[in-house]
Amino acid sequence: MNVSATGINFIRQAEVATRLRQRLPSGAVLYAEEDTRSYECDGLSAYRQLPMVVVLPSNEEEVREVLRTCSELKVPVVARGAGTGLSGGALPMGDGVLLSLAKMRRILAVDPLARTARVQPGVTNLAVSEAAAPYGLFYAPDPSSQIACSIGGNVAENSGGVHCLKYGLTVHNVLRVRGVTIGGEIAEFGGEALDAPGYDLLALVVGSEGMLAVVTEVTVKLLPEPEAARVILASFDDLEKAGNAVADIIAAGIIPAGLEMMDRPAARAVEDFVHAGYDLDAAALLLCEADGTPEEVEEDVASMTEVLRRSGASAIRISTTEAERQKFWAGRKAAFPAVGRISPDYYCMDGTIPRRKLGEVLVFIGQMEKKYGLRCPNVFHAGDGNLHPLILFDANDADQLHRTEQFAGEVLEKCIEVGGTITGEHGVGIEKINQMCVQFRPQEITAFHGVKRAFDPEGLLNPSKNIPTLRRCAELGRMHVKGGRLPHPELPRF
Amino acid sequence: MEAKDPHLHAERFAESVRGAAASRTPLRLRGGGTKDFYGQALEGEVLDTRGYAGIIAYEPSELVVTARCGTRLAEIEVLMSEKKQMLAFEPPHFAQFGSGGTTSFATVGGMVAAGLSGPRRQAAGALRDFVLGVKIMDGSGEVLSFGGQVMKNVAGYDVSRLMAGSLGTLGLILEVSLKVLPLPVAEVTLRLELPEDKAIETLNKWGGKPLPISASAWTGGELGVRLSGAGAAVKAAREKIGGELVDATQGERFWAGMREHTAPFFENDAPLWRISVSSAAPPLKLQGEQMIEWGGALRWVFSQADARTIRDAARRAGGHATLFRGGDKSAGVFQPLSPVLMKIHRELKREFDPHGIFSRGRMYPDL
Repeated sequence: MNVSATGINFIRQAEVATRLRQRLPSGAVLYAEEDTRSYECDGLSAYRQLPMVVVLPSNEEEVREVLRTCSELKVPVVARGAGTGLSGGALPMGDGVLLSLAKMRRILAVDPLARTARVQPGVTNLAVSEAAAPYGLFYAPDPSSQIACSIGGNVAENSGGVHCLKYGLTVHNVLRVRGVTIGGEIAEFGGEALDAPGYDLLALVVGSEGMLAVVTEVTVKLLPEPEAARVILASFDDLEKAGNAVADIIAAGIIPAGLEMMDRPAARAVEDFVHAGYDLDAAALLLCEADGTPEEVEEDVASMTEVLRRSGASAIRISTTEAERQKFWAGRKAAFPAVGRISPDYYCMDGTIPRRKLGEVLVFIGQMEKKYGLRCPNVFHAGDGNLHPLILFDANDADQLHRTEQFAGEVLEKCIEVGGTITGEHGVGIEKINQMCVQFRPQEITAFHGVKRAFDPEGLLNPSKNIPTLRRCAELGRMHVKGGRLPHPELPRF
Repeated sequence: MEAKDPHLHAERFAESVRGAAASRTPLRLRGGGTKDFYGQALEGEVLDTRGYAGIIAYEPSELVVTARCGTRLAEIEVLMSEKKQMLAFEPPHFAQFGSGGTTSFATVGGMVAAGLSGPRRQAAGALRDFVLGVKIMDGSGEVLSFGGQVMKNVAGYDVSRLMAGSLGTLGLILEVSLKVLPLPVAEVTLRLELPEDKAIETLNKWGGKPLPISASAWTGGELGVRLSGAGAAVKAAREKIGGELVDATQGERFWAGMREHTAPFFENDAPLWRISVSSAAPPLKLQGEQMIEWGGALRWVFSQADARTIRDAARRAGGHATLFRGGDKSAGVFQPLSPVLMKIHRELKREFDPHGIFSRGRMYPDL
């Protein structure tokens, strides 16, 4: 009776909005459907939910007010950065508050001597590197959405990018996260030094998908820009050969700045889109970058070329100018939008596997294409075994959507079976929550809930994401065992 | 007699843990005992982890090693150097503080629990940066696995890294997977003369340039710098940095002495403070002998000054101070935490070790 057509209880909505408006500037609290509609999803648009109330705090004090209010009223809170996340981590709740940090977008300080930047959570990833550029410095993690995604979101997801083989993920590049607990208390995780006393809570908070605290300030490490960079574009007539070449490079004692792979369907899609000059006859293309001092780059390029030849590359091109390097990369970086052009919808997976299993998993994906009758071009961060197969489908066709979900589920479970993980950098969010029950046993899921409780005893920060309930796993567990697809069906499951 | 089968040891661990949990008696998790000196208090009956030993997997092309907690660190290091790889955070063994004399009994589990990193930390990252996965036994005797063997993994909370430096207070680390890196092709050490303030400034300026500096150590007006990387890069950087070239064997010995605290600087009976600060923080002006590492971010001081003076100086410099070795531990070995962080620590402890049996008091008196 008190519930609107959009599923929102408007009596509760009025109560929460009124309380928030008493404590925040009125423009910072939105609840009319025309104002809240644009927050109904993040980068995973297949999942949508209108939030009950949206708040847009401008500073840390306002964030504290929001969290205190929500804590008092026992309202769940979903924090949101730029909304570019691919796993539905910022999917709102119909009985919850959506806390957007978009207004907190100031770069507070850049310290060129100590090589750090202190920024608010809404600052975009690229803006940090732009602010550091005049000092010859940059912020290393570079997710492909870097022009739009926010640092707060990067912290929540532990974002990576194409250079993390050499430079690490967000967790390796953040010194300090200042946040607010659900009780409205300010907590500092990490510090200005390279370590902090006590437990490494910074490591817990990074990648916690907004479930432990709300980020209000981040101090990131800045690195000196490499003087030079060159990329090798190698063609292979066989996917497995390309996969082995990746292992050969690592075994040769080289850590490339980037080591990316794409298969022929992906290469064709991007070539039509950006004309990067890719070899379209190749079964697989490897992009292999060296950076550093000019001397270092020459040495690394020479040794990598040698390894690639020995590993059976059918053609090798090396960028001779910066423009050419950018051109080679343009294709890889445009892979998602390029695929978006050839299909009404695509579903991006994020499993990570041991590199030596690359061939096996690629063959498996090929079998799944046939089984489900859906195409699946592949791009990967090959250097760290992180796969991004893109299943092409039409969301308007309910059966295709269903087949896509099953296809993705099988691939993720294959990743677990070969010793990998369901998500390398996109996060669990709402999207992969069922696969968490396959990757972890109830004992570990229980421990995760324990971690959550230590920070948020009432479970108000982004509940229902990332860590499934045991009940959910129990229901799925039976289903999976029945399907006979679990790697260890003998394990006890609730 | 000690059983050779590691699985029997794991079963024994579970029995000990369940027994201790039932009787609420503390257990002191201990490997080779090389870091017994480190931390607040040693309480409880020793649970010796050394029987649960062995390298489970080492895949050089995957850059990952997985080992049981009781595996000797020296054993892993030898195996890796055969494959021209290394633990890039250069963990200290501190053999001289164990019972083996110069033979290192340091174990992998102890290394992770202590969470300490050596000179290369400034360039390569800390131990926690290389932890990919752990298997632990919690305070109820339950075996839990977190993380894995892959470089990128964001499924669930990063409990693996939480174990690094937790001093055995949250669980018994049974197995750990660590990322390894190739050994640098070339390595040289240079020596320069610089006063303290100039050394700090210079190190930070170098840090902003793409130079392959992998370690630095300043004391008494002398700065040692190590360059590591591709041959050509090291050669080019040598010219940019200047200074006097140190003989290769002497250089290696010098950095080993820094890592293991066997260098002449560490021959001192005063309390040793480990002060972790912002790399660009100006000289701390504390009385006592000082050594600066990690490009300015780590300052070792042998000082009789009281804990408050030292901690205030650390705080002003953006960091914290640990009473690393010696001195009066009643002042608190680790910098006290803010009430909100202490609360989270207590709650985490309760979740992983509900009966409070593991390494009680090793980190903070009431944890």
